[in-house]
Amino acid sequence: MKKLLFLLVFLGVAALMAWGFDQAMFIAPTEATMGNVQRIFYYHVPHGMLSYLFFSINFVASVLVLAWRRSNPAKALAADAWALAGAEVGVVFSSVVLITGPLWAKPVWGIWWTWDARLTTSLVLWLIYVSYLLVRRFAAGPEMQTLAAVLSVFGALDMPINYLANRLWRTQHPAPVIGGDADSGMAPPIATAFVWNIVAWAVWGLLVLAIRVYIERRQQTIDGAAAQAALAAD
Amino acid sequence: MSPPNESEPGWTGLVLTHLRKDLRIEWRSREAINSMLFFALLVVVLFSMAFDPTQDTSREIAGGVLCVATLFASVSALNQAWAREIRHQVLDALRMTPSGGAAMFLAKALANFLFVSVVQLILGPIFFIFYNLHPLGDSWLLALVIPLGTWALVSNGTFFAALSIRSRNRELLLPLILFPIFLPALLAMVLSVKTILTGDNSDPNLLWIKMLAGYDIIFTTVSLLLFDTVIEAE
Repeated sequence: MKKLLFLLVFLGVAALMAWGFDQAMFIAPTEATMGNVQRIFYYHVPHGMLSYLFFSINFVASVLVLAWRRSNPAKALAADAWALAGAEVGVVFSSVVLITGPLWAKPVWGIWWTWDARLTTSLVLWLIYVSYLLVRRFAAGPEMQTLAAVLSVFGALDMPINYLANRLWRTQHPAPVIGGDADSGMAPPIATAFVWNIVAWAVWGLLVLAIRVYIERRQQTIDGAAAQAALAAD
Repeated sequence: MSPPNESEPGWTGLVLTHLRKDLRIEWRSREAINSMLFFALLVVVLFSMAFDPTQDTSREIAGGVLCVATLFASVSALNQAWAREIRHQVLDALRMTPSGGAAMFLAKALANFLFVSVVQLILGPIFFIFYNLHPLGDSWLLALVIPLGTWALVSNGTFFAALSIRSRNRELLLPLILFPIFLPALLAMVLSVKTILTGDNSDPNLLWIKMLAGYDIIFTTVSLLLFDTVIEAE
């Protein structure tokens, strides 16, 4: 029954992603100045926005780890699984942003990279969460979860800076398209394709997150049982 | 909660006690300052040979070189300071006191700030000589920018050194966590110093300095609030 449900969800996600691809590559009109290379927009921007979602999941879960670690260790452990999964999926989405960005920039701006506010803060955001994953790898024991949660609070401080970077400063990176100034915004067919792609990548990311949380919870159970056995064995 | 009595030191008293202890230990052994000074000097010399800058280029890169030299030099001192505390079981004693964690953190951060500032004061003139620097802008602003940037480095560094002290690869972990989080402050400091030295007036509203001050306030506050969590992570 569970397997059937999972299969249905997976097929639904796959269908949405296929529809998003169709929208982005074929149905959306070709952009006037940039031509077909502009279609990277349907990957680059949704991944950027969704990386904030997953890093926020990591932040909320980390706060819960810190809040519950004394009063309710079992729930803190569950929250820790969500924190890890949120960071991992967030790093993947953030990596996609950092790869698709330069791929788009080279034909359009003529440069792969520049150290403007938006690009620099995006790289910093990625680096911070990679360092979070490294802390989880290098630190040992149950205290690792607390330390990683503390680091996550610092990482979360960087997200608003990254988001506001192209609103507060003039950047090489384009100014905000959504909620920007008077002449920003998207034409309807482009906006439609954009929304479909955000939805598709969001459900994809959430599916991967759910699978990762499931695996991590199983791993925690195995580790807990192994620890108990080691204690009892002697 | 029992009312405070005269024999219990207040919070500032705690900070001053820890600070006096750290300063006295350093005064007697002078290990941190000596090793930092030598390491920073080496970095300055290395950069000078690696880039061999003209006088104009020197003004552009001096801020970066100074910042990087300070960064590498202080990382070694930071780890060593906490290692000493662990060796003498000071951290364990601290966990038995009501809430001395934040006071100890502030004292250690202040002590490290003083040591790094001493290193910078000694190194500064040498720096000016090696790079033939001749500031073209308001050089008094350097006395504002460099302490703000150093505080950002030292307060975050002290916090993350305590965070990584109990992990297996603490020497590796500290730079990995510290550098990404410190990057926005590094950027602000380097750009401010460049503007001051080249006198190009690209930042009339002192935006970068204000950003640096804001960064210092936010990150010091978060560090003070979370320090007890890190110390009691087990």
